[in-house]
Amino acid sequence: MDKFKTLTSTIVPLPIENVDTDQIIPARFLKATSKEGFGDNLFRDWRYDKQGNPIKDFVLNDPTYKGEILVAGKNFGSGSSREHAAWAVAGYGFRVVVSSFFADIFKNNAMNNFVLPVVVSDAFLSEIFSSVKADPKMTLTIDLENQTIKNNSTGKSHSFLINGYKKECFLEGLDDIDYLLSKKDKIEEYEKKRVAF
Amino acid sequence: MNTLFDKIWDSHVVTKVEDGPTQLYIDRLFCHEVTSPQAFEGLRNRGLQVFRPNQVYCMPDHNIPTMNQEMPIVDPVSKNQVDTLDKNAKDFGVQYFPMGHKKNGIIHVVGPENGLSLPGMTIVCGDSHTSTHGAMGAVAFGIGTSEVEMVLATQCIFQAKPKTMRIRFEGRLKAGVSAKDMALYMISQLTTGGATGYFVEYAGEAVRNLSMEGRMTLCNLSIEMGARGGMIAPDEKTFEYVKNREYAPKGDDWKKAVEYWKTLNSGDDAVFDKEVLFDASEIEPMVTYGTNPGMGMGINSSIPALNSIEKSSRDSFTKSLNYMGFQSGEKLIGKPVDYVFLGSCTNGRIEDFRDFAHFVKGKKKADGVVVWLVPGSWAVDKQIKAEGLDKILTEAGFELRQPGCSACLAMNEDKVPAGKYVVSTSNRNFEGRQGPGARTILAGSLVAAAAALTGKIIDPRTL
Ligand code: SF4
Repeated sequence: MDKFKTLTSTIVPLPIENVDTDQIIPARFLKATSKEGFGDNLFRDWRYDKQGNPIKDFVLNDPTYKGEILVAGKNFGSGSSREHAAWAVAGYGFRVVVSSFFADIFKNNAMNNFVLPVVVSDAFLSEIFSSVKADPKMTLTIDLENQTIKNNSTGKSHSFLINGYKKECFLEGLDDIDYLLSKKDKIEEYEKKRVAF
Repeated sequence: MNTLFDKIWDSHVVTKVEDGPTQLYIDRLFCHEVTSPQAFEGLRNRGLQVFRPNQVYCMPDHNIPTMNQEMPIVDPVSKNQVDTLDKNAKDFGVQYFPMGHKKNGIIHVVGPENGLSLPGMTIVCGDSHTSTHGAMGAVAFGIGTSEVEMVLATQCIFQAKPKTMRIRFEGRLKAGVSAKDMALYMISQLTTGGATGYFVEYAGEAVRNLSMEGRMTLCNLSIEMGARGGMIAPDEKTFEYVKNREYAPKGDDWKKAVEYWKTLNSGDDAVFDKEVLFDASEIEPMVTYGTNPGMGMGINSSIPALNSIEKSSRDSFTKSLNYMGFQSGEKLIGKPVDYVFLGSCTNGRIEDFRDFAHFVKGKKKADGVVVWLVPGSWAVDKQIKAEGLDKILTEAGFELRQPGCSACLAMNEDKVPAGKYVVSTSNRNFEGRQGPGARTILAGSLVAAAAALTGKIIDPRTL
């Protein structure tokens, strides 16, 4: 996987709260057996009408907004545990999602696909939405090493949390399975003393 | 510490990564066809086998049709996904209940009813409603596909330890109020993100009084308020339920198991990160009016007025009501209904069919309402027939479909058409969840039965 250190990008704003994974990728698109191609159906029912024509005022269809950072309203990714939601977000080309609150499973899924969830305060989030309204070309800078996110329009920075282990995974491009596989002896040791019926 | 959750979690820790997650041992992995193919593919790409195939149980449930399961699946894409699970199960030698098998059904119904989900276990599945199995007194939670791959490869998972929350329902439920109503009430109070980051233990008189199936319904909906999982300490009812089920321990093992299970509870000195108390006697039969499970209210109440909603949430609230075709401030009682769905891992168990059948006995289905009755598993179907409930249903004008997830997420043909209203006993009323444009009103089995008889939203206690 690509290593992640810093990223400066324009953003795609989605100021809607409680965006659930059924909106991110509707169930009827879950039938694939590979991880490819989900980006095409990201936010499918907000993005296309029933005939498959793009819905003009949805942000992904608005050429004004592009970038590798999705900025979404509070409680992003609730509902179904489908990792397809993370594959869709990643497949579309987002490497960071910023919100003031994420659902747990989505957060894990995103990180397992090298999409970085960045949690900011409600105030910082609404400032981003104001900045981008004023200037669609505004950028954010994510600095993973220092765990900061900067709104380059206002110059304001905000720190974010990530555990040391996951941070290392992003910085080095390593995944959990590599790590777990290196612990096989510990697992077998555990199995010997485990209570099981 | 010393909570039920801590006891089970701590006994499953293999290692702890410094400033990182815990490596947790998993007793049982369940897989369905939607969230597992990429995990098996991942194993192939890495040249790995399944580490403990006897602890992995697979079954297709999401895509399968609820009519003519004896025939090949018509939709080629669904068929491909189910065939892929068939192949993966064979290639990797894991336990498998294919479509039509007498143990097939929705995973969260099948696990407990076969004694595969037991107290004290850690149970995971690539499915958020894995929380259902917590009713057995297990730590059960939904995971993503990368995590499914981890468990297939190592029988372990990396997890940050969640915080703990205890939700107590004290007092007694009114007649006609069910576990589903308790859950919808709780979510409406705590909101859909209210338990994010927490693992919940349900306790209190009204929880202890629930049947095992009611407990499963309550735990099932934990995820709808964002909780990592929900669980209930095992008690005599649990042991009674588990005893003699196919995969439950037998003989001497049984005695030892029960002895151990009796230690699984939160001690008097247990400390939770958060405590919530509800008065069970205040709960009414519930319905939802919006597009997330937190938008629920007592069946006779009115949708909140716009100005009572927090300013920042008003746009989302309005969007949601527009989708549903409802006005803020209005009542739902008396509104016409086009479809009724009884089923899903929330309310597709035998007790739900008993409640529904007893309610409609001697009455007739309303004309013009399409009613889908979908048992959660073949075992439920068998029991329905053994108890003669199918006859009651037929006489009242209903027919039974075959088991599966069905209209809960509409991946098969059971889709509610755009703009139509469905009273659904499932768990999600998200936009398009039950079919593009479908409008879902979540409720318990009795409200569903009342809607099926009258074609309206109606308080079942008034019929
Ligand atoms: S019944 Fe619905 S919620 Fe339950 S597992 Fe199936 S799709 Fe998921």
